[in-house]
Order: sequence, then C-alpha cells, then structure tokens
Amino acid sequence: MIWNEKAECMSAQEKEELQLKRLQDVVKRAYENVPYYRQRLDEAGLTPEDIQSLKDIEKLPFTTKSDLRDAYPFGMFAVSTDDIVEVHTTSGTTGKPTVSGYTPKDIEIWGEVVARALSMAGATKKDIVQNCYGYGLFTGGLGVHHGGQKVGCTVIPISAGNTQRQIEIIQDFKSTIITCTPSYAMYIAEVLEREGIPKEDIKLKAGVFGAEMWTEEMRNEIERRLGVDALNIYGLTEIIGPGVANECMEKNGLHIFDDHFYPEIVDPQTLETLPEGEKGELVLTTLTREGMPVLRFRTRDITALRKGECDCGRTHVKMDRITGRSDDMLKIRGVIVFPSQIERALLKIPGMEPNYQIIASRPEHLDELEVQIENSPALFSDEVKHVEEVKKSIEKHIHDEIGLRVNVTLVEPLSLPRSEGKAVRVIDKRELS
Amino acid sequence: MSGDEKMKLKQISVFLENRKGRLWKAINILSGAGVNIRALSIADTSEFGILRMIVPDPDVAQKILEENNFVVKVNEVIAVEVLDEPGGLDDLLSVFNKADINVEYLYAFVEKKSDKAIVVIRTEDVDAGINALEEGEITILRANEVNIL
Repeated sequence: MIWNEKAECMSAQEKEELQLKRLQDVVKRAYENVPYYRQRLDEAGLTPEDIQSLKDIEKLPFTTKSDLRDAYPFGMFAVSTDDIVEVHTTSGTTGKPTVSGYTPKDIEIWGEVVARALSMAGATKKDIVQNCYGYGLFTGGLGVHHGGQKVGCTVIPISAGNTQRQIEIIQDFKSTIITCTPSYAMYIAEVLEREGIPKEDIKLKAGVFGAEMWTEEMRNEIERRLGVDALNIYGLTEIIGPGVANECMEKNGLHIFDDHFYPEIVDPQTLETLPEGEKGELVLTTLTREGMPVLRFRTRDITALRKGECDCGRTHVKMDRITGRSDDMLKIRGVIVFPSQIERALLKIPGMEPNYQIIASRPEHLDELEVQIENSPALFSDEVKHVEEVKKSIEKHIHDEIGLRVNVTLVEPLSLPRSEGKAVRVIDKRELS
Repeated sequence: MSGDEKMKLKQISVFLENRKGRLWKAINILSGAGVNIRALSIADTSEFGILRMIVPDPDVAQKILEENNFVVKVNEVIAVEVLDEPGGLDDLLSVFNKADINVEYLYAFVEKKSDKAIVVIRTEDVDAGINALEEGEITILRANEVNIL
C-alpha cells in the first residue's frame, strides 16, 4: 500500500517545483543559520538567491563526512539546542562521530519517510513490527520505531542481539514484519532451521533490511528461508537515518523519498554531475530538515538513479542497489570498518610490521573478513602451537579494535602486493552487482 | 639449569605458506648455497607449514634464506642415537614419560653407516629434556657428531 499518495505519486513537474522551492528554502536556512555554510557559500561567491533552478544545485559546495566531523558536536545545527529534541550519532569508529540533531518537525519527517518505507512492505496498523535494529545513538532502532508508530503498527523495540529471545518473540508475539540487517535475518533463519521451527509456524510476511550491502541472491535466500518479502532500506545518519530510500514490492530499485532528500550522482574523481542512469557516487541534500540541513553530502555509496513512474504507481526516483563504496570504508555485517583501525590494532603488537591486506568476502551470505599479515621473525617459532597462538592474539587485538571477529592468515614476507603511494589494503570480493 | 650448551643442537625452522612451490623454493635456495640437509621434517597445518632442518651450519642457512625473504628461526633441540630395532624409540620416550616431560615434536632418521637411528627431539623445556636423558643414561649427540654421521 502507498502511505502518502499525494507525495509519493506526484507528477514530475509538480515534484520539480516542490523540490526547487524546498531547495531554495534549505539553502537560505543553511546560509543564515549555519556558519559553516555561510563561509562555504561566501567563499564560492554564492548567495541563496543564486539558486534559480534545480540545476543550480551543482554550484553548491559538497559536504563531506570530515566536514561534519569537524563540526562536532553541534556545529552543523541550524537551530538552538533548545529546539532539538533528539540526537543521534554515527558509530565514531574513525575518530569523532558525527552528530545529527532533530527538531520535532524533523522527527515528524523521519516518521513520515519510514512510514512510507514500512508501507511498501505492506505494513498497516494491524502489523506487529519486530524491530531488531539497535536502539540508542544508532539511528536504526529509533528511526524504524518512529515510522512504525506513525503507521500505527505494534512496534516491538527488541533491539539487536539475543537471537534466542528474538525467536521466542517471533513465535509468541506473532510478529509479522521484521527489521534488521540482512545478515542477521540470515542468521535468524539458520537458528530457526537448527531448532526445527518451520517457516510455516511463524507469521513473518515481510522484512525491511538495511544498514549493510547485500545482493539479489541473498534476497532470494532470505525470502525462501523465512517466507517473507525481503525489501532493501537505505539511509544514513548524516541525512536522517533509515528511510532515505526503500524498495517497493517491485524489488528493482529503491525509491528515494525525493520530496525530502534530493539525490544527485557524481563522478567520485572529477565530482562532475553524471546523467541519469550512470553509475557514480550518490550525493544527497536534505530539502526539509530543520535541525541540521545538509547540502550535497557525499555519501561515498555507488549507485545509479532511474526516473519515471514505477509499476507500483510511485514517482519517487529509484536508485540501484548500492554496489560499493568510493573509498576504503568497509561495511562488514553492518559494522563500519576502516583499514586504519586494523593497522592500529596491529601496531599494538610488539615486533609487528604492518604489512597487511584486508579481504572481505561473503562465502555463505555472511560477511567474512580475512586479514593477511606478513610473518616476521618476531612472530615466528618452530612450534605450530606458538604460531597459532600468535595468530589468535592478532585476531583478538583486531576484534578489540573493530568489534568483529576476523580470520588472520600469516603469509610470507613480501608476498603481499606493494604499490607506489597508497597501498592497496582492501580487496572486496563480495559480489554486489 | 644444568643443561650443557654442547648437548644442544641447532635447528633451523622456516615459515612456509601453504602454497604450491614454496617448499621447493626454500630447498632450492639451500641447494644453490651448497647446504647439506642432515635431517628434515615438516609440520603442516591447514594454513601454513613449518620446515625444520638440521644443517651443518645453521647460521649460514639462516642468512641465505633470510636474504631470499623467508622468515627463519634458529632454536635448540636435542639429538639422540637409538638402536635401529624394535623398542629403540620406546626406551627413549619412556625416559621422558617417567620424568613427566612434554615432547613438542620429534623426527628421526636412520643412519646408513651403522645400525643406529638419530632422533631429533624438541621438549617443551630443552634443559629439562637434557637432564632427564642424562639421568636415564641415554647418550646425547653433540653437534659435531651429528654432522659427521
């Protein structure tokens, strides 16, 4: 079902008019209330009045993750904290997290877009939503919560983890919709199978899965094993959280709620705007956010946009499944990992030379991280037992740093590729296209 | 610790990735340098192998292997001569068993010019291993004895 037909099915012309009006408004608000944007626009010799068409957005400077980080904690807020009623942050694994602040109207908008997303999965007030996204500073839990309540669903704020409990609740509360990462959905399916609970005995009909990259094969697998429609949700804390885009039942791309979030695709190297249908980095502008307007945020996510009316009736522009990142950042089982974190962990080990390579793969629908490290005399011994202890200790150091289990493989010195300049630290073998 | 240094034999260990051609490469380098391998064993796991060798001049072998980017470790082991007949190894191990000494690994080779076999032993504590053997009146071979066999 369509949550907000007026917004979701508006004509192209109507939408462009609305987008332009909102774009002019957000640029003005950012310019007047956020010193960072005033400075950036002044430097570029721009004023809000220079935005006369949607194409004029290309004149605006980009906002990057590090710009937001530099403004930590509240430097990007366009209103006083008196008017902020909720804050969320990114995980902050690479340094300071970035903070997102919400006014009551922002929470309203967030609820609205997530309500659209859940409605795409068929949610109505009759549904019981088991929300296994983490509650807390992470946007996943509360974002889905706001949307679920807006629809009128019974939201179970079970949060992430404790799979036994999740399964008990699925059975006892007869949950109809589940929201979590796709890899966690796979894990739940596995545990159900292991415990001999047939999918016919549970009432789940749909799942809204996100916070990590996944594939069509994985969708098929989840749908088969859990007996649900598995839909892809997309979002990021810097923009609002989950609910920037979501798949409809056509399952061939994610509708971006483009009356609230204006998407562009740029070439990550040249930063030139690319024509519709071409693959590049997704750039998003918040059109309606009050608490923290963000102009032309570089998401680093690689996708392509497709316009036109969808068979579902919606006219929201569609983006392809995210197929990669424009930088080294890895999302492993929903957790963001940077090579620098691995390096930091390795450098804590005496005698370790940080010659390493990170290999991400997905052998059985679950992300795996292998770290290959060149062996050195300080780590080596004549005893197998000792070498295996060294390997385990490295694995533990990395686990402590990134919060994920990895598999360490010791390789011979100089066997990892060397490159001039920036070393190739990451090989992502996950097939996502 | 009364372990006599002369009782210890130097062993060279080489880290090998579990990959085609790596063992050959290590051996090829030693062969090119004219190193005669007196005894050899390989410990293998699913991911890597450890090539352990007794060579006449372990320092030379270490240097040449390291120059070719191998990770090498030289450590001490014990070499013992046993009779090449049923029960030869049993007698030896029963000494360690009585002394409650843990053997990490051992490997043996038969000496063709005599009726003896040489057993290379790595006990968890090498000194304790030597003491136990001495008390059990088992003759420990010295480095020069192994190399002229």
